[in-house]
Amino acid sequence: MIQIRDLVIQRNGIDALRIDSLDIQRGETLTVVGPNGAGKSTLLLALARLIQPASGEIIYDGRSQKQWDELEYRRKISFVFQSPLLMDMSVEQNVALGLTFRGIPKDEISERVGEWMKQLGVGALSKRPAGQLSGGEAQRVSLARAFVLDPELLLLDEPFSALDPPTRAKLFEDLSALLKKDHRTAVFVTHNLNEATKLSQRIAVIVGGMLRQVGTAKQIKTRPADETVAAFLHELPQ
Amino acid sequence: MTEIFNITLLSLQVSAIATVISLLIGLPVGTWLALGNFRGRSFILSIINTGMALPPVVVGLVVAIMLWRSGPLGSLHLIYTPVAIIIAQTIIAAPVVTGLTAAALEALDPRLQQQLLGLGASRGQMIWYLWREARLPLLAALMAGFGSVISEVGASMMVGGNIRGQTRVLTTAIVLETSKGEFGQALALSTLLLVLTYLINLALTWIQQSGSKK
Repeated sequence: MIQIRDLVIQRNGIDALRIDSLDIQRGETLTVVGPNGAGKSTLLLALARLIQPASGEIIYDGRSQKQWDELEYRRKISFVFQSPLLMDMSVEQNVALGLTFRGIPKDEISERVGEWMKQLGVGALSKRPAGQLSGGEAQRVSLARAFVLDPELLLLDEPFSALDPPTRAKLFEDLSALLKKDHRTAVFVTHNLNEATKLSQRIAVIVGGMLRQVGTAKQIKTRPADETVAAFLHELPQ
Repeated sequence: MTEIFNITLLSLQVSAIATVISLLIGLPVGTWLALGNFRGRSFILSIINTGMALPPVVVGLVVAIMLWRSGPLGSLHLIYTPVAIIIAQTIIAAPVVTGLTAAALEALDPRLQQQLLGLGASRGQMIWYLWREARLPLLAALMAGFGSVISEVGASMMVGGNIRGQTRVLTTAIVLETSKGEFGQALALSTLLLVLTYLINLALTWIQQSGSKK
């Protein structure tokens, strides 16, 4: 579904991310791990076409990202950030946001929003202002807002990192079930190798702005590609 | 009594039109400055911020020179007309609205732009929702713009000429009555101006606060 070739992303004139080759299959959840500032979020932003590569290309469904109409391309994708970034409106209005952008009829919006609020366990909060939600509730709304769009590609940038461990564990469990149920194509960024192992077959390791290794958790643990990967794994919470 | 009513009406009309024009200029320009990432942005912002403290008499002087019969725009015959006052007041209010619009949008979480685009918003939809998110400070920008023009006297006096029945507004009428030693009349007009300004700001504050409670 996605092929990344010779990709270089620059930030302020400096290389922030280099990926020689990376493929993402349809229906696959790819987990990306790496230390802070390694370039993981940069990869997601590039996949979402929110930043432009300095060189190289991202091929989506056989066509280079540049060949797609920008809005048409972006509307294939949903992005969940580390912070829920909810708008100053009710829960249901927040969940409906992406559908409103797409001009979906109100009846359909109402039906889909209701269904996904229920799936994420925030149905009872539908009329509540977003500013009154707890961290866990807000991130559930953020996930519902992304899933309701039925995206071809779901990008999740450490969505649980700001949550307390019990809330994080429960939300991870729910997310994992949703991704597996629909065989949804997703790229999930995390610091937690346990989460990575549970969520996906393949894990990509980015360290120092470079994609170092792609493989199963076992391959990465037992045969790290280089010293930087080994050093990173050594410091990860197990 | 009719004269006071006409003066009050003209004051409100002129300042309201100038504020609306300032909003039409300030909202897009302030948005462009807040969201843009281009060379010279800081310089333009510093000019706008300086413009927020523009002395009305200086604006009045420049507009008067431009509109004077022998001036570059003299052929338009606008000097000593309500249009001249609107032009001067727009020059006073536009930097206020622009600067406060830019500040309001810059105060939002910068990732909000990416989040809206990441949910499939077009550029126009993104800007609309950023305005919506910053609606309370944007309303404050509008109030500040209106406040800066309804209360100014220097520019209105210089480009309007304080002509009875034509360009006399509340502030210029207050100056005239004071110069004549008619302090009672001047105080009455001042009270009227204060009450009007209060009522307009009360209405805008009510809208602002009901928005923040939602």
